[in-house]
Amino acid sequence: MSRPAQRRPEYHKINKDLFVLTYGALVAQLCKDYEKDEDVNQYLDKMGYGIGTRLVEDFLARSCVGRCHSYSEITDIIAQVAFKMYLGITPSVTCNNSSKNEFSLILDKNPLVEFVEELPAGRSSLCYCNLLCGIIRGALEMVHLAADVTFLQDRLKGDSVTEIGITFLKKQDEKKYRRKK
Amino acid sequence: MVDTVLFEFLHTEMVAELWAHDPGPGVSAGLRGEEAGATKGQKMSLSVLEGMGFRVGQALGERLPREMLAFREELDVLKFLCKDLWVAVFQKQMDSLRTNHQGTYVLQDNSFPLLLPMASGLQYLEEAPKFLAFTCGLLRGALCTLGIESVVTASVAALPVCKFQVVIPKS
Repeated sequence: MSRPAQRRPEYHKINKDLFVLTYGALVAQLCKDYEKDEDVNQYLDKMGYGIGTRLVEDFLARSCVGRCHSYSEITDIIAQVAFKMYLGITPSVTCNNSSKNEFSLILDKNPLVEFVEELPAGRSSLCYCNLLCGIIRGALEMVHLAADVTFLQDRLKGDSVTEIGITFLKKQDEKKYRRKK
Repeated sequence: MVDTVLFEFLHTEMVAELWAHDPGPGVSAGLRGEEAGATKGQKMSLSVLEGMGFRVGQALGERLPREMLAFREELDVLKFLCKDLWVAVFQKQMDSLRTNHQGTYVLQDNSFPLLLPMASGLQYLEEAPKFLAFTCGLLRGALCTLGIESVVTASVAALPVCKFQVVIPKS
């Protein structure tokens, strides 16, 4: 998808803010519609899933990722290529278990919360960025990988970092490889 | 830098989800109030999307550099929306702007980016208004920040051409 160059730096700023502001308006609207934090979280995850199933095609078309041979490689690509491409950040990756199917993405910066200082009153269990979990889950599913994706830590909830946990659920079949995110 | 395509994907998902008449799997039911029939549900969803667009439009308006806000005339504001704001948000200019010089403006986009992925021609014409509600709010919100109260509606004769009508009541 080619885009003409922005003529002025102000446009860049407006453009960058558009998604973040729209996301904020969406979360605010969902908080109005649903009383329970769990319901908002679930809804954000569901919407993210829908986006992820389509975003993966955009990603595969625009990136030049080759074949992946391990969950570790896939997670690296999510962090270093996908996050970079779409959000301009590069979370660091850690592997959490010896069977090498549980990983964490540690987000040092998070554009989605640029205008959020703290969670709204009475919303202490809100996973503000839960859309991201749904997006990752939906994208992985489109390349035939089942995974649980949740926030393990969240700066907005008072944790020291923001950490997304990815647990790959199926055993990887090494013989029959196909392109993965 | 946040990629522009993310906004388009999010917008499409919002239109799809906010339109749903059922509360969705596993979430508490009956909080949406959309049981009262299709027309009411439709109106509520359109106004929800428009309201969200309005909030975002206001916030975007606040981010504009100060010198852009020194407009002499109402028409200059509309020209600004058609050129600068539209380029910033949709990477293209509005294709035409017409006015009766009495507070009514018609802004036409011949290839509106949020309609482009859908279809062209008459297919899905009924669905088109859902994809325009947010943007109507966006325009109304930006105008509001620039000090102008307005009513913004949109119409589609054939995708992806759409017209935004801005009516500014005379005081």
